[in-house]
Amino acid sequence: MSILTVERKILEKNDEIATSIRELFQRHKIFAINLVSSPGSGKTSLVEQTIAKCKNKFRMAVIEGDVQTDLDAQRIHALGIPVVQIVTHGACHLEANLVRDSLQNINIAGIDLVIIENVGNLVCPAGYDLGEDQKVVIVSTTEGDDKPLKYPAMFRRASVLIINKLDLLPHLNASLEELEKNALSINPSLKIFKTSCQTGEGINEWCNWLELRIKKL
Amino acid sequence: MHELSVAENIIEIVQEHLQGDQKNAVKKVKVKVGKLTNILVDSLIFGFEVLTKETNLDGSELEIEVIPIKIRCEACGENSTVDGFLFNCPVCQSSSIKIISGYELMVNEIELKD
Repeated sequence: MSILTVERKILEKNDEIATSIRELFQRHKIFAINLVSSPGSGKTSLVEQTIAKCKNKFRMAVIEGDVQTDLDAQRIHALGIPVVQIVTHGACHLEANLVRDSLQNINIAGIDLVIIENVGNLVCPAGYDLGEDQKVVIVSTTEGDDKPLKYPAMFRRASVLIINKLDLLPHLNASLEELEKNALSINPSLKIFKTSCQTGEGINEWCNWLELRIKKL
Repeated sequence: MHELSVAENIIEIVQEHLQGDQKNAVKKVKVKVGKLTNILVDSLIFGFEVLTKETNLDGSELEIEVIPIKIRCEACGENSTVDGFLFNCPVCQSSSIKIISGYELMVNEIELKD
């Protein structure tokens, strides 16, 4: 019986490309976030709010990922921010090669922040490095306080949690304390923000954090 | 997860390692899959079988070693294996832990036929 030793990571190609993206961001002093959530948690709304509050403080570019349509990219484009839409036609997550190709269509000279809005999915994006500095996971108040317990791999990989749709709390039987407790039980080092993209609540704090991260580069 | 795409990557890596007669002599492909990767073993095997049909790897077996979630406690220094996805040290209950295994996703070895 002969054995060939292989010892190669199955996702090595993705990881190599992700590393080159990370190096590109570092060379250009760009802070990059990979925004993940279930479909409908408010990723695109959060990006819109971030643009509205921050576009005079720092320069942004956005990479949008969706299974179909460029509707999200249209929303960002309407706000005057450079944006590229990735349409996966079925893939449930973004991979590094798609991000690398998108970056070729953005003039990143002078950009301070790149937001990669992933396909709505709390499972598969956890395993794919896109070259980001941090994964930011959004959960909205309508999704159930036990959400973090159901998707531990994603909550473990993320470093920031944004609890969105605060404005809906009066209509729900939801507990912010319980949701936070569950999230921290999976990942005690999660930085937590609470927002409403409808009322603007919490957006300032989120933007201040982004500004600090950009300045630290 | 999307086991078909992972199976595709496995096959690509295996093919890159085979030379000459080895191409038609693969008995087993041994992979390590960590519990934190969310990959379903049965689906991965099924995907591998589907994608290797009528190729030089047809009939070869995908052997999967599932790697458990192991943590190291930064408070008491103990290493433990955890069953579920609760990341507290079972010895001292601290949540200051580091995950030391469970994320693996690799092709380990290829066993050739005699």
